[in-house]
Amino acid sequence: MSALPESKPTRLDALVSWIDARFPMTRFMKEHASEYYAPKNFNFWYYFGSLALVVLVLQIVTGIFLTMNYKPSAAEAFASVEYIMRDVEWGWLIRYLHSTGASAFFIVVYLHMFRGIMYGSHKNPRELVWIFGMLIYLCLMAEAFFGYLLPWGNMSYWGAQVIVSLFGAIPGIGESLVEWIRGDYYISDITLNRFFALHVVALPIALIFLVIAHIFALHEVGSNNPDGVEIKKVKGPDGHPVDGIPFHPYYTVKDLVGFIVFAALFSCVLFFAPEMGGYFLEHANFEPADALRTPEHIAPVWYFTPFYAILRAIPDKLIGVICMGLAVVAFFFLPWLDRSKVKSIRYRGWLYRGFLIAFAISFLALGYLGLQPATPEATNAARIFSVIYFAFFILMPWYTRADQTRPVPERVTYDAH
Amino acid sequence: MLIKKPVIALALGLALAALPVVGSASEAGGLLQAARNDVSNVASLQRGARNFVNYCLGCHSAKYVRYNRLATDLGLSEAQVMQNLMFTGERPHDTMRIAMKTEDARHWFGTQPPDLSLIARARGADYLYTFLKSFYLDPTRTTGVNNTMLPGTAMPHVLWELQGYQKAVYEGQSDAAHDAVHKKFTGFELVQKGSLTPQEYDQFVRDTVNFLDYIGEPVQLKRQSLGLKVLAFLAVFFLFAYFLKKEYWKDVK
Repeated sequence: MSALPESKPTRLDALVSWIDARFPMTRFMKEHASEYYAPKNFNFWYYFGSLALVVLVLQIVTGIFLTMNYKPSAAEAFASVEYIMRDVEWGWLIRYLHSTGASAFFIVVYLHMFRGIMYGSHKNPRELVWIFGMLIYLCLMAEAFFGYLLPWGNMSYWGAQVIVSLFGAIPGIGESLVEWIRGDYYISDITLNRFFALHVVALPIALIFLVIAHIFALHEVGSNNPDGVEIKKVKGPDGHPVDGIPFHPYYTVKDLVGFIVFAALFSCVLFFAPEMGGYFLEHANFEPADALRTPEHIAPVWYFTPFYAILRAIPDKLIGVICMGLAVVAFFFLPWLDRSKVKSIRYRGWLYRGFLIAFAISFLALGYLGLQPATPEATNAARIFSVIYFAFFILMPWYTRADQTRPVPERVTYDAH
Repeated sequence: MLIKKPVIALALGLALAALPVVGSASEAGGLLQAARNDVSNVASLQRGARNFVNYCLGCHSAKYVRYNRLATDLGLSEAQVMQNLMFTGERPHDTMRIAMKTEDARHWFGTQPPDLSLIARARGADYLYTFLKSFYLDPTRTTGVNNTMLPGTAMPHVLWELQGYQKAVYEGQSDAAHDAVHKKFTGFELVQKGSLTPQEYDQFVRDTVNFLDYIGEPVQLKRQSLGLKVLAFLAVFFLFAYFLKKEYWKDVK
C-alpha cells in the first residue's frame, strides 16, 4: 500500500471523513474487520460462526416478507400459509427459505457449539463469549418453538400443547402458569397471537442484541483457534499478533467460499426435498390444527428431540422436566466445570476425548430416540444415553484434572498452502 | 470406556440403519403399494384432473387450488378448463370449493369429507394409491364396504362402478388356547367386475393420485428446475470465490 503514490482526496474520501467526524464508521470497520486480528490457523470448524450470522439475517429477511401475507389468527393462519405457498409471487421460495433456514440454524449452531467445546473456546478468558452464545441458543430455542405454532398445522397445535403443558409439572403454580402462558384454557387464537408477537418482535430483538454482545465480547478478547494458543502473547514489531491476520480480507474471502458450499447444500434441501422426509416439515402439519384429533405420534422437530428424549426417559414428570431444563442449563457452567490446563482437544488426553466422543454420540442417539415412539427398549436406551449425557458434565471437574495433557506450543501450527 | 464406546457406536449405527424404514408401514399394518406416479407427466395430470372433478369434487373440496392455476400448469387454456372441469358456474380465478354444507356432510357421513388440497403431503401418494385400491365388501358397515388402509372409514366405495367390488381374503389360523381364530389378511379377490380392467383401474387411480400429488404443491416442478439453475450458479461462483481466496491467502505464511 505504501508504494502507491499519494492521490488527491476524492469526493468519497470527503464523505467518509465527514461521517467519521460525526460517527465512528471507519474506526468501527477497522476494529471489527480490517484490523481485527484473527488466528491464521482456523480450520473447517470455524465456518459455522459466520454461517450462523448469515442464517440469522436470512431468517429475519424472509420472516419480514412472510409477515406481509401471514395472518396470525386461528381462523386464517393455515390458509394464509397455503396462500403464500400458492398465490403469492415467489411466496413458496420465501416460505421454504424460512422453514429450511430454521433447521439449518440449529445444524450450524450445534456444530458451532461443538467446535467451542472441542477447542476450549469457553475457557478463560472467553467465559462471557460462551455465556452470550448460550443465551443466543436459549433465545433460538424459544424462537423456534413460538414460530412452530404459527402455521397452525395439527402438529404445530399438539406440539405446543405438549410443550406448554410441561410447565404444569411445577408444583403449586403449575396449572395457573400454563393458563397464563396460553392466555386461555387451551391452545387458541389468543395463544397464536401472543406467540406471533414473541416470534416476530420480542425474540428477534433479543437475538440481535445478544449476537452483538457475543461478537463484541469475542473481539475484546480475540478469537481462540484449534491449538488453543493465545496469539496475543507473541506480537510482532508492529504490535499485531504474529500469528494473526486481519479478518478482512482474509477471513471474509475464506468465509465466502464456506458460505457458497453451505448455500449449495441448503439449496439441495430447499429445492429438492423441502420437507426433508418429514423432518424439517412434518407430514401431520399439512393438516390444519384440530383440537379434537391428536396426531398419531407427536414428536417435536428434530432439533429439540435430544431434550425430549431425556424428558421421556424419566418416569416422574416433574423430575423429567427439571432434567430436561438442566440438560440445556448445564452448558452455561462449562467454563467452570472444565479444570483442564489446556484448551484444545489437540493437547488433551484420551480421558477427555473419550468423554467428549461419548457425549456427542449420546446427543445424536437421544436426538434419534426422541423422534421414535416411546417403546420400552427405546426408553431404556434413552436412559443409558441420558446418564452418559449428564456424566459428561458432572464428572468434568474430575476427568479434566486427571487427564494426561500434552505441552501446548508457543505458536499456532500452520502450514502455508 | 473401552468396552462401552464400540457398543454405543454399534447401537447408534443400528438405530440410524433403521431410520428409513420407520413410518413406511401403514396404520392398519397393510402393505403400502408404490404409486409410481410422475408429476411431470402432463397427460396423466390432465386425466387425473378429469377423474378428480368427476368423482371426488362432489364431496371433497380442494379449497386452495385455483382453476386458472390448473390451466397454466396442466397446459390447458382457460376455456378448456371451463368446458371440461368447471360445471357449476365458477369463475376461472375461483378455488375448487363444493356446495355441500358441513352440517349435511355430518348428517350423511358422520364426518366432513376432508379437503384434499394437501392430502398428498399429509398422507403421501403411496398411501392414497393403496387406499383407493383397498375397498372391500363388509356387510357390517353402513356403506357396505370397509378399507384395509383406514379401517372403519366413512367413505363409500365411490369408484365401485369402475373397479367393481372385491372381498378381502384371509388365511385363518385357529388358536385353540385362546378359543379364537387369528385371521391374516392375504389379499383381495374381485367378486363383481367393474367397467375397467384391473390394469385400467390401477392407471385411473395412479392418474388421480398424481393430480392430488400435484395440487399438494403446485410449484414442485418449477422448484426443481430453479434448483438446478441455482446450483449451477453456485458452482461457478464457487470457482471464482475459491481462486480469490487462494490469491489472498498466498501472503499468509
